[in-house]
Amino acid sequence: MAEPFVTAPASPPQEPSIDLTPAPSFEGWTCPLPLRDSPTVVMGHGGGGQMSAELVEHVFLPSFANHTLAQLGDSAVMEVAGVRMALSTDSFVVRPLFFPGGSIGDLAVNGTVNDLAMSGATPLFLSAAFILEEGTDVTQVGAVAERLGRAAERAGVQVVTGDTKVVESGHGDGVYINTSGIGVVPAGVDIRPDRARPGDVVIVSGDLGVHGVAVMSVREGLQFGAEVLSDCQPLNGLVQAMLAVTTDLHVLRDPTRGGLATSLNEIAKSSGVGVTLDERLLPIPDVVSDACAFLGLDPLQVANEGKLVAIVPADVADDVLAAMRAHPAGVGAAVIGRCVEEHPGMVATRTGFGAERVVDMPIGEQLPRIC
Amino acid sequence: MKYLDEFQDPALAERLLDDIHATTEHPWAMMEVCGGQTHSIIRHGLDQLLPDGIELIHGPGCPVCVTPLEVIDKALEIAARPDVIFCSFGDMLRVPGSEKDLFRVKSAGGDVRVVYSPMDALTVAKENPDRQVVFFGIGFETTAPPNAMTVYQAKKLGIENFSLLVSHVRVPPAIEAIMTSPVCRVQAFLAAGHVCTVMGFSEYPPLAERFKVPIVVTGFEPLDILEGIRRTVHQLEEGRYEVENAYPRVVAPEGNPIAIEMLEDVFEVVDRSWRGIGMIPQSGWRLSERYRAYDAEVRFDVGDIDTSESAVCRSGEVLQGLIKPHECSAFGTLCTPRNPLGATMVSSEGACAAYYLYRRMQLPAQRPAQAGAPEEATPVG
Repeated sequence: MAEPFVTAPASPPQEPSIDLTPAPSFEGWTCPLPLRDSPTVVMGHGGGGQMSAELVEHVFLPSFANHTLAQLGDSAVMEVAGVRMALSTDSFVVRPLFFPGGSIGDLAVNGTVNDLAMSGATPLFLSAAFILEEGTDVTQVGAVAERLGRAAERAGVQVVTGDTKVVESGHGDGVYINTSGIGVVPAGVDIRPDRARPGDVVIVSGDLGVHGVAVMSVREGLQFGAEVLSDCQPLNGLVQAMLAVTTDLHVLRDPTRGGLATSLNEIAKSSGVGVTLDERLLPIPDVVSDACAFLGLDPLQVANEGKLVAIVPADVADDVLAAMRAHPAGVGAAVIGRCVEEHPGMVATRTGFGAERVVDMPIGEQLPRIC
Repeated sequence: MKYLDEFQDPALAERLLDDIHATTEHPWAMMEVCGGQTHSIIRHGLDQLLPDGIELIHGPGCPVCVTPLEVIDKALEIAARPDVIFCSFGDMLRVPGSEKDLFRVKSAGGDVRVVYSPMDALTVAKENPDRQVVFFGIGFETTAPPNAMTVYQAKKLGIENFSLLVSHVRVPPAIEAIMTSPVCRVQAFLAAGHVCTVMGFSEYPPLAERFKVPIVVTGFEPLDILEGIRRTVHQLEEGRYEVENAYPRVVAPEGNPIAIEMLEDVFEVVDRSWRGIGMIPQSGWRLSERYRAYDAEVRFDVGDIDTSESAVCRSGEVLQGLIKPHECSAFGTLCTPRNPLGATMVSSEGACAAYYLYRRMQLPAQRPAQAGAPEEATPVG
């Protein structure tokens, strides 16, 4: 086997230079090793990172193949009887059912509403399916339903159909919920993950990583000073405010599981552009950076439930940013970087010290470091 | 966070860097011992800011990386037993054993749980008196005291269903092993600050004297690391080889006497294998005679487990600072954090993972055969 790059210890190679050479592609390689593909489903397949993406690509897409699905947006957009409809579905298995700043009921509405909003759609109607575990307190189910109803009202959507199933004790985690939603995409709006272009500006709508830290703090019994409230909220109003500035928003994404790092990597790959961030511009609250430092996590990989990332043409970026900041769901909006021609398919950030590093998506579940 | 944020100030970093640049007249190779330091260096890109002649060699101080394959296989065997609840730090779950990892054991029905503190595992044992609860006690002198505390408390409280799978390692014998290697290029050490928080640094003056190398106790934030490098460069340029403490806000010369006392009670020093490096005399700990009943290896009789390392993985050379991660033929192709061949690619403290996660964009395109490499390397498995 030729190994031209194996050098003798006596003549170490030059340190990697800062200048950005075209990204070497690690895509498409197949690994013959048994560890490559787990023969059984592991938790990482649900983590929203690389393993989730591979499961979708290799197991689901081949079975369902069609043009609409192939877009792989947060919601599907189809033309039905002359109207452009958006459709999205999401399942919710969060534990605990109630957490600071939200509940599984809030997530079930906002998750689907936000997925619809990310295609520029006006969300209209939801379905809600409950999978209940035998033995779960009915008052708790009622409390979840009540929160779900209130969240729907706040988001301006109606739950118009539903379903209930019960599984045996031990086969569920109290309450699982699936919601699906439909909405209408206004004329002239074409927001897709593959529309980012070099020169476009990257904007986030506010503080990053808050939901993930809020849930982790109760799930693991960890306290990080002040109580952290989830940022769970509907984003359809914010998107409407942005569309009022221009219908030419290129990409919208709500960085839930897998965090901003995953959303931006997906956009970079879909669009074939590079994304360059500036770490100093990232709105990461102290409590999130502290919690992440403590647990050995990357704030960019931590979940959000009420934030979006927008890729917009440079000439409208200032106006879009101003409109976002004027909306209650976007007061903390900030420009964090740009799309570039270099390193297509990859996301990089300038560090606080002026060096440069790659921002990767997580593999499976986020794992706390040993020390 | 107090004592962290102040040590990430770019303006102060620039002053330290100016001093380093002004002082450096010769090329120097120094090793940062701890994987936490490697992670910080690569994450913040500090090595990109140093003078060309200053080379940082990434040391063996990643506890996940150096835990021997044999111990991982024992962990997998124990974790798969139906009567066992196996508790571990999170990043051990993805470390590949000979055939699988702890995630795979979990998906096949094994009760594998991530805990943040070893004491949580003891709580699990209290809450599940009819199950055997095992904690995977790995790491350096940093994690050793809390791990020791679990068996100390288990014995004191009479929690009989708890045991510890121990693979602890010690830094000073590793420094000695590195310096006596015939291919050693290391001219100075940035000692691992948190190891010294526990142990102090009285073990280092004899090493500095014997090998004529500066040893500077160094922290983990960007300014800590730059200050460690700055002091090291001054010593090297002036021909000194002393032990210095550049992390005094956390490290006292005598360390933590209470922790040391507990370590001496619970553990005894033994020879240990380091993954990728081999046996280093007196470099590890096992449970002392008084606590042997809490040793999972004894309790579950996993003495005769066979192991096989990947033939391609060069993590041993990476851990000894002989090659940089991207000089391994498997880097980024056969071996990624998603499918690690060696432990250095698993933990984010591992040098290979740090390079893959933060650096692969800048690495020289030294391998035109990259896309075709997998077929070429198929014989590995």
